[in-house]
Amino acid sequence: MATNYVLVIAIVVLVACGTVLVLERSLSRILIGFVMLGNGVNLTYLVASGPSGDAPIIGMGSGEMTDPLPQAMVLTAIVITLGVTAFGLALAYRAWQLTGHDDVQDDLEDDLVRRRADLDHPSASFDDIAAGIPDEEGEDQPSEPTGVSDDELAAEIEAEDAHEEAAATRSQWVDPRDRDTTRHTPPDDTTTEEGR
Amino acid sequence: MITIVTLHFLAAAVAPALVRRLERRTFLLLALVPLGSFLWLLGQAEAAFDGDVRTERMRWIPTIDVRIDLALTPLNAVMALVVTGVGALVLFYCRWYFREGDREMWRFSAVLTAFAGSMLGLVVSDNLYVLFVFWELTTVLSFLLIGHNPERKANRRAAMNALIVTTFGGLVMLLGLFVLGHEAGTARISDILASPPEGTATTIAVLLILVGAISKSALVPFHFWLPGAMAAPTPVSAYLHAAAMVKAGVFLVALLAPAFSDIPGWRPLLLGTGILTMVIGGLRALRQHDIKLLLAYGTVSQLGFLIAVVGAGTRAAMFAGLALVLGHALFKSALFLVVGVIDRSTGTRDLRELTGLHRSLPVVFAATVVAAASMAGIPPLLGFTAKEAALAAFIDLGPDADLGVWGPVALVGLVVGSTLTVAYTARFVWGAFGVRSVTPPTVTPQRVGFVIAPVLLAALSLVGGFAGGFLTPRLLAYAGDAPPGAHEPVLTLWHGFSPALGLSVLAITAGLLLWVARRRVAALQRRVVEGLHVPDAELVYHGVIRGVDRLSIEVTGRTQRGSLPVYVGIVLLVLVVIPGIALAQAWDGVRLRGPDNLLQVAIVIVVVLAAVLTVRSRRRLRAVLLVGVTGYGTALLFVAHGAPDLALTQVLVETFSVVTFVLVMRRLPPFFSDRPFTSARRIRVAVGCLVGLAVGGYALLAANARTARPVGLDFAEPAYDYGGGNNIVNVTLVDIRVWDTFGEIAVLVVAATGVASLIFLLTDRATSHRESRRSRADDKDSGWLRGAGLIADRRRSVVFEIVARIVFPVLMIFSIYLTFAGHNLPGGGFAGGLIAGLALMVRYLAGGRAELDSAAPVDAGVVLGSGLVIAALSGVVPALLGYNAFQSGIFDIPTGLFGYEVHLVTSLFFDLGVYLVVVGLALDVLRSLGGGIDKQGEEKGEIETDTGEVAIA
Repeated sequence: MATNYVLVIAIVVLVACGTVLVLERSLSRILIGFVMLGNGVNLTYLVASGPSGDAPIIGMGSGEMTDPLPQAMVLTAIVITLGVTAFGLALAYRAWQLTGHDDVQDDLEDDLVRRRADLDHPSASFDDIAAGIPDEEGEDQPSEPTGVSDDELAAEIEAEDAHEEAAATRSQWVDPRDRDTTRHTPPDDTTTEEGR
Repeated sequence: MITIVTLHFLAAAVAPALVRRLERRTFLLLALVPLGSFLWLLGQAEAAFDGDVRTERMRWIPTIDVRIDLALTPLNAVMALVVTGVGALVLFYCRWYFREGDREMWRFSAVLTAFAGSMLGLVVSDNLYVLFVFWELTTVLSFLLIGHNPERKANRRAAMNALIVTTFGGLVMLLGLFVLGHEAGTARISDILASPPEGTATTIAVLLILVGAISKSALVPFHFWLPGAMAAPTPVSAYLHAAAMVKAGVFLVALLAPAFSDIPGWRPLLLGTGILTMVIGGLRALRQHDIKLLLAYGTVSQLGFLIAVVGAGTRAAMFAGLALVLGHALFKSALFLVVGVIDRSTGTRDLRELTGLHRSLPVVFAATVVAAASMAGIPPLLGFTAKEAALAAFIDLGPDADLGVWGPVALVGLVVGSTLTVAYTARFVWGAFGVRSVTPPTVTPQRVGFVIAPVLLAALSLVGGFAGGFLTPRLLAYAGDAPPGAHEPVLTLWHGFSPALGLSVLAITAGLLLWVARRRVAALQRRVVEGLHVPDAELVYHGVIRGVDRLSIEVTGRTQRGSLPVYVGIVLLVLVVIPGIALAQAWDGVRLRGPDNLLQVAIVIVVVLAAVLTVRSRRRLRAVLLVGVTGYGTALLFVAHGAPDLALTQVLVETFSVVTFVLVMRRLPPFFSDRPFTSARRIRVAVGCLVGLAVGGYALLAANARTARPVGLDFAEPAYDYGGGNNIVNVTLVDIRVWDTFGEIAVLVVAATGVASLIFLLTDRATSHRESRRSRADDKDSGWLRGAGLIADRRRSVVFEIVARIVFPVLMIFSIYLTFAGHNLPGGGFAGGLIAGLALMVRYLAGGRAELDSAAPVDAGVVLGSGLVIAALSGVVPALLGYNAFQSGIFDIPTGLFGYEVHLVTSLFFDLGVYLVVVGLALDVLRSLGGGIDKQGEEKGEIETDTGEVAIA
């Protein structure tokens, strides 16, 4: 069965542009890309379902009918995309509320795990200390944890990130309109205090 | 049998409630359940011993032919009697063991009763999978029991050890059970035992099952979890060590021994680990100061003994093994319960602090002496007769089991183990009741009820010694079918000056000598252990666990970098590479054809331009509008293709989603956050191009590969005949592939709820429309739209309000028409619901959130829920009427007007459900992303409000 290359061009462009957007960090861009990817993928169903024809409604038209099964699948896909987009928008809005931007940040937990691997640490919940004798009553005396806790690692990473970010802002031009102030709180002005 | 097992679980379910009311007396009630089961089983057991096996079968999972098979064979009967009998006494004992007002009692009572039920189910199951389910239940419940007091790290660790070790064994066993069931062609144990399969696969399967048994029964190298289990309250230890849990492994070996004891590897494995465990457990018991821990290591030793004897697999050995199981259950539970009494009376279990208890607790002392004598194998107790039988069986083991020289070796091991048993028994009695030159602990007097259980159990050990004539034929019923050995086994206190008696005397004498020389023995042991660096199984185990933890950290750290674009990029590249290789190989012979019509060409040009511009745009709103253009273009392509339903839905969805985007974007910064033009962007573009080309290639190839007539074209006839509609796409949605659609609307409900919960967070979304209704009561005159009064006058548009007012009812009626007509014409629940959603959107845009509430004064959750319920009912009702779920009924109802008939297809109700779900989604989106965001903006003072103050935007 020969294929309609015009539709294929549309698919290629829609999927390519959608992918580029989905690979972004801004959640709104990701969602826009997601919608576009959805359109492209829905068109692949159209291409794969054969040549165009009459609407698959009995008693309408006299020629060959188009295949109704892919259409039913695409119809559900369209509506699902709407639901997922709405959910993603709510997420983007919530992210903006909390952080002042809607960029997807690197996962801190994953970063912690990576750091542990570099330092050859066991996981935070792993406990190597001799535990004493089990008994049905009584409780432990609180003891010093041996390993490095997540909090300590997180503080370490944050300090490093701040350092890198400072270096990045110095070297690259940033549109002043986009610089969101929430993330870069100016250091406390200590001179006034000293002046007192 | 299923009844008594179920009763246990029911009792466990009500136990917490009972504890609240009856406090400690609950245990007396709970004890009635195993007690009743015990009495019932006593009646049934006699028939089982006579060879009349009671069986019960129930359907469980018919599709994979799994049934609940229960049977009461002689072995099962003995085990079940032990489990219920000891269980009843232990629960009875708990009544006095626990202190007044113990706060964990509600949980403990339930878990222990459920544990007893699982154990009972385990020993009466006659199906491999049922057995496994109960097996794992005991594992999980024992975890809860051992972790009874999670305040101590050692307890948590002990519970985890028990869980991990026994679950590991359980999983290995499951593998073996599957293979065995497959080889035998049935999962019913009695059938498998009647005609056991043969071959390498069976051998491996049985050995895998034995790993499960060994781990559960705490044999070397898994023995370390059992002493840790003493973290559980003492009654649990008594039950766990004596009658339940650890006996599960013995039971499994005893179950399989008649059929499989001759397979290669069986005897070396069980005799080897069994005797080794017996010796190691005995040696370690000699080093303990805590009498509970001493008993725990004694249990390890005894379990090795039991497994070795039962696993030997000759007629005499199996008989002796079952007798030992009975004897061990009686004396070990009695001794643990005694430890509990001592602990509660004196507040310590350290034998270095105990002294003179034989005077202050004389009854307990007597019971201890009897039970301990049974453990040491001293006449005239059950422990003695059973051990005699075991020794006699092992004397004949060489010829009976064709073991050659290994028979005497095993016998020597058994005698050494017995010697150690005598020694640690002496240590226990001396430790608990001996006289030392320390301050005697203050002894709190105990109630009579507290000591009834241990005394009764000890008395039974004594009775059992004299009841050899009664027990012999009954226990022999289990081993009855095995080939007779060199001697006929019997339980008796006196069978002449036999070699077995000589060995008994030898073991007792040597054991007592070991105890007398305990200081030198202890010093020697310490020197040997320290000198040889004997690896501690627990340390090895922790090393393994630590290694696993490190490995997982390394693997996770290397593969999970935490960056979403990287993850998505990897997924997409896999999509390009792997099918891409197949694509390159199959590329030949792709045939292309031109556009179907010029309209397609024009639309595609527009779509392509819009898509490229979307990627390049840095303003949010521009990107949204451009993506909308691609969406409308796609809709036009649907029209050109001949898919009116798709086109309709696409247009409506696109409109709705563009407006939704705008509603959210108006609050976000106008520009996307800055992304400097770096190599990362080039990579993104490259990946995008690759993916686009790959997907296009797949589409081409897939379309070309299609040679058969599409199945969808044959939908026309059934759509009309069974689905009762002309619109095949709609019939496909609501009838042919209705399960799909049902799943989809469920997803929509979830998404809508997610949207609402992200915006309203903790506040109930149901309150938002009530709030506004209240505020509307004292509303001023607000013109065309009542709710619009809340908006600042400057931002109101009269023309828009009038249009909204007029268009709304028209749109709503049209939406309902589309839903009804959808079965025969383009339309349906999705399109109808979207139209209604757009109508609501118009009202919201014209009059704000109060207007939306006045247009739809209902909670979106109610709309979503009722839609889902209606859709579900349209599936359930036909099923209840005896048809298939979701089957459509077609009715032609005469209206009486000019012979006109209404053609009603019941799938319309499903479509109505879809309609309501879509409306609910729209309502939730508008209320959250529209009204909710408005409100939050007002609270921050960034949007003009009704009162006229204009805040700084």
